[in-house]
Amino acid sequence: MTVKGNVRFIQGNEAMAEGALAAGARFFAGYPITPSSEIAEVSSRRLPKLGGVYVQMEDEIGSIAAVIGASVAGKKSFTATSGPGFSLMQENLGVAVMAEVPCVIINVQRSGPSTGLATKPAQGDVMQCRWGTHGDHGIIVLSPSSVQDCYDLTIKAFSLAEEYRTPVILLADEIVGHMREKVVFQELQTDEIKVRKAPGCSPEYYKPFRLGEGVTPLACYGGEHVFRVSGSTHDEWGFACSRPGNAEKYIRHYTEKIENNRDRIVLTREYNLSDAEYTIVTFGCTTRSALEAMYIARSTGKRVGVLELVTLWPFAEESVMEACQNARAVIVPEMNLGQVLREVQRVVGRNIPVVGVNKVDSKAIRPAEILDKIREVETCLV
Amino acid sequence: MSSIKYDDYLLKDKLPLFWCGGCGNGNVLGSILRAFANLKFKRQKTVVVTGIGCWGKADDYINTNTFHGTHGRALAFATGIKLANPDLNVIALMGDGDGATIGGNHLIHAARRNVDITAVLVNNFNYGMTGGQYSGTTPEHSFTSTSRYGHIEEGFDLCKLAAAAGAPFVARGTVYGITQLDKLVEQALCKKGFSFVEVITPCPTHFGRLNGLKTASLMLNWIKENSVTKNQAEKMSDGEIRGKFVTGVFVDVDKEDYSTRYKKLQQRAAEAVEGGCDK
Ligand SMILES: Cc1ncc(C[n+]2csc(CCOP(=O)(O)OP(=O)(O)O)c2C)c(N)n1
Ligand code: SF4
Repeated sequence: MTVKGNVRFIQGNEAMAEGALAAGARFFAGYPITPSSEIAEVSSRRLPKLGGVYVQMEDEIGSIAAVIGASVAGKKSFTATSGPGFSLMQENLGVAVMAEVPCVIINVQRSGPSTGLATKPAQGDVMQCRWGTHGDHGIIVLSPSSVQDCYDLTIKAFSLAEEYRTPVILLADEIVGHMREKVVFQELQTDEIKVRKAPGCSPEYYKPFRLGEGVTPLACYGGEHVFRVSGSTHDEWGFACSRPGNAEKYIRHYTEKIENNRDRIVLTREYNLSDAEYTIVTFGCTTRSALEAMYIARSTGKRVGVLELVTLWPFAEESVMEACQNARAVIVPEMNLGQVLREVQRVVGRNIPVVGVNKVDSKAIRPAEILDKIREVETCLV
Repeated sequence: MSSIKYDDYLLKDKLPLFWCGGCGNGNVLGSILRAFANLKFKRQKTVVVTGIGCWGKADDYINTNTFHGTHGRALAFATGIKLANPDLNVIALMGDGDGATIGGNHLIHAARRNVDITAVLVNNFNYGMTGGQYSGTTPEHSFTSTSRYGHIEEGFDLCKLAAAAGAPFVARGTVYGITQLDKLVEQALCKKGFSFVEVITPCPTHFGRLNGLKTASLMLNWIKENSVTKNQAEKMSDGEIRGKFVTGVFVDVDKEDYSTRYKKLQQRAAEAVEGGCDK
């Protein structure tokens, strides 16, 4: 991205709303919920000025439905919510997967399950993002660790949604959402904003679910191409189709269009990994403590490095393997009971110890807690 | 110029219809397609949004744009479609389970918001698709596959519900009175704002079978016997009206629809006139 831009000091939630507008989003449907409500409020003020639409639906089921409908009608669309609302969205998230409708869902995580602690942070929705809607599928999930990320990754989320015709989840958390930091609204270059391409073929040949040539362009209602969209298992034209072979083809397609493009989708950040004896694998707000722990450790001569998973799903298997294979041990701090930990263990295998720093008391993980864990592992390894 | 006919909107190669013999869904589909033809709807500018259920499969036979989503959510998908592109004709087709039970909340709020959508809700008093269980409109004392001892709940009067929620056009027709239904659907499609048409429809396979009406003719007769016009109903007592299907147009008023109001809001926003006492 070009560095020219407008510098602001704002909240993460506000930055996500601004990122969406910068990406060209012109439709928001949502239902207010702490700690995400500022995204709705900013959108309600800003969208109408830009000719866009903000609508507050009767619940989150309706919100994501309206977002999906608006996207098929040609508007880049998004919603924002937190745990209870995200749970309500799961069924229709599957419609976006099945009907291959681009849209962005922001989940500013709070402590659950159920109503939980409405105002407190957590990172407990990692697996819900991956598997929350029923049935096999692929999904793209990005996780911001700074207010700048909130802006940049929201823009990225819209691009990925259009490119892969898929819902993209921006998995933030209460800390990042409510944190205030400097953010630069970069001037975007045109290729950074994906514009939906109209199908090239003439209307009578348009198959909205054509397989075999990557991702088929999605037309918009109201244009020349008349088409069918369906959440039922369908054929290339969108007609319900119950042939077993057909279901198999599409379920594999939904998974593979994302998993097979891991190298193009996955974003990670590496800090001091080249000589690291201890690798911390982290994401979201916890990244901040992980980096601080790394700096403190380095200042005492301990070779600690950090791998930040900016993309949580598809899982950064190659980067994790590379970052961990020469480490004496791997530490995975997260504000849940080990959702990313188990993924890292799966990738790294049994030869290297992979241990978690897991906290669900609704307080951020402190650098000292990560350092304590490194020390503990160190003593066990001697 | 040749005139447009109902079957210009019909996917003839998808026939025969998947519905049971004696089901009323095909008749309602006919009314809708005839109204499309009379109003010369452009396929490109029309989106039919369906829910899930037997009636929810109606889009399988319609050659306009279609959207087939989830059970109960047709109006929420339709709201997004319409607000994103107000030039589209958006029609939502829902069953009584779909549109009035699991999706009841979307119905009242779509009506209240006055989004310019036409909703055609086919009421066959049960969940046809899943084997005839009771729904929010199943009449008290009737039998369904999950009310074998007689239903103890009262059924919704959906027209009263839609009217109370603020819909500017509310009507009820039946599959027995197709001429009237044709007119009601056409009127609803012409209405600017949220229009609601409930259609009383036979499901001989489930509701009929358990309630002594297992043939199409018995069911149609039952509908005929129990239908009264709005004018007749006005002269009847509450007791006499119980269990009857009152037909006709109950609400037909002019009200600014959501997209028109939103356009004005956009103008105010562009002129930076934010309201609120904190200003
Ligand atoms: C969330 C959800 N719950 C339950 C179902 C199962 N289901 C499918 S159709 C249906 C009822 C359909 O009844 P109605 O809407 O009255 O339509 P009909 O089949 O009678 O035309 C149900 C319960 C579903 N598809 N989704
Ligand atoms: S089960 Fe009932 S509603 Fe469904 S097709 Fe048969 S008759 Fe119609």
